[in-house]
Amino acid sequence: MSDVITTDAVIIGAGPCGLFAVFELGLLDIRCHVVDILDRPGGQCAELYPEKPIYDIPALPVVTGAELTSRLMEQIKPFNPTFHFNHMVTGVRKLGDKGFELETDGGLVFRSRVVVIAAGGGSFQPKKPPIPGIEAYEGASVFYSVKKMEALRGKDVLIVGGGDSALDWTLNLQPIARSLTLLHRRDDFRAAPDSVRKMRELSEAGKIHFRLGQVTGLKGGDGILEAATVKGNDGQSFDIACNAMLPFFGLTMKLGPVAEWGLNLHENLIPVDTEKFETSVEGIFAIGDINTYPGKLKLILSGFHEAALMAQKVFKLKNPGERLMFQYTTSSSSLQKKLGVS
Amino acid sequence: MAKITFIQHSGAEQTVEGLPGMSVMEAAVKNMVPGIDADCGGACACATCHVYVEPDWVEKVGARNAMEEDMLDFAFDVRDNSRLSCQIKISDALDGLRVKVPEKQF
Repeated sequence: MSDVITTDAVIIGAGPCGLFAVFELGLLDIRCHVVDILDRPGGQCAELYPEKPIYDIPALPVVTGAELTSRLMEQIKPFNPTFHFNHMVTGVRKLGDKGFELETDGGLVFRSRVVVIAAGGGSFQPKKPPIPGIEAYEGASVFYSVKKMEALRGKDVLIVGGGDSALDWTLNLQPIARSLTLLHRRDDFRAAPDSVRKMRELSEAGKIHFRLGQVTGLKGGDGILEAATVKGNDGQSFDIACNAMLPFFGLTMKLGPVAEWGLNLHENLIPVDTEKFETSVEGIFAIGDINTYPGKLKLILSGFHEAALMAQKVFKLKNPGERLMFQYTTSSSSLQKKLGVS
Repeated sequence: MAKITFIQHSGAEQTVEGLPGMSVMEAAVKNMVPGIDADCGGACACATCHVYVEPDWVEKVGARNAMEEDMLDFAFDVRDNSRLSCQIKISDALDGLRVKVPEKQF
């Protein structure tokens, strides 16, 4: 186990609401660590619609998901939050009155005074194709991500999909796999043109097999895959021999471990009050799309408001008995100092 | 107003009404039709509103657009009559439309 990271607040989710929470907490001198399962900030804005315009951010008539994310990153820079990407918070445990202990699937451990859940629609997880019996092979022969490339050395690898992940792993694994087949439903790719070109060169040189079709079944036993049955685009079925299969069908949002943290839930959302946006457990807050309350609107701007009010209560928890003076960034020299503008 | 029927994998049918201009996905979500997840809320960015258009309707519904064709790479069991329901705009001409919902969106 790694060293324990001690902090004021752990924010779960680096989407727009999680990022703005860093700002509101930062103004009140609350130090934040931010954990996200994706490899970059932005949440849904990064994963689902980086290039799609958003029209309802106050004062920004139009902004893309990617641009909104980069502006928020710039806005929170003065508070220097620590990001932990590619980590999913798996456990949250109350430590008496002293706060919470959190752990991630990557082995990080935090001790934090408060927890802010800004997890949107839940954690992005790989889509698992509903092939009958696939569960029996998961982890042994079927992998939705590549954690250690070496595990695939000398294997007969079948990669399924036509996006950047499928193409990138085709190129990366080809040199170490015994054989590699790329299976896709059409002869067109939604991936970087350079990767597609390299893949086609490998295919023409006979170093990989590129086949058209969709997997309908798996053959093997005891979790060890022997072949995938494929329906070709001409309707004919055939088998592809393989002992490792990597399906890449993008990501989907699942509530994930949040459901196991002892919080009251309502239809996969976390009920909060509308004064502090606190959950049924004092010290655990929920903001943005993941919370619910009477009149809730799943809008980014609502999440921003929720972050501001949540921060007030966090200040009181961190500084019991201390009076919080309400200040404006336009006029307060102490806030301006924190922002690095005075 | 157009009536749209969603046929579940089990065979159960649910007919809902949609206003012209709305997408078939929106009509489904508004009426809580099971199996239309629509993770991304209609941005053609997730492929979780996949439907199979019944054969007699394929022509009236029209062809997939290029972005939709790309997104269908992230759907499972894509067939010739596969569409993303967020990309089908409801019009009076689609009154009576019938679509099948896949067993699982993923």
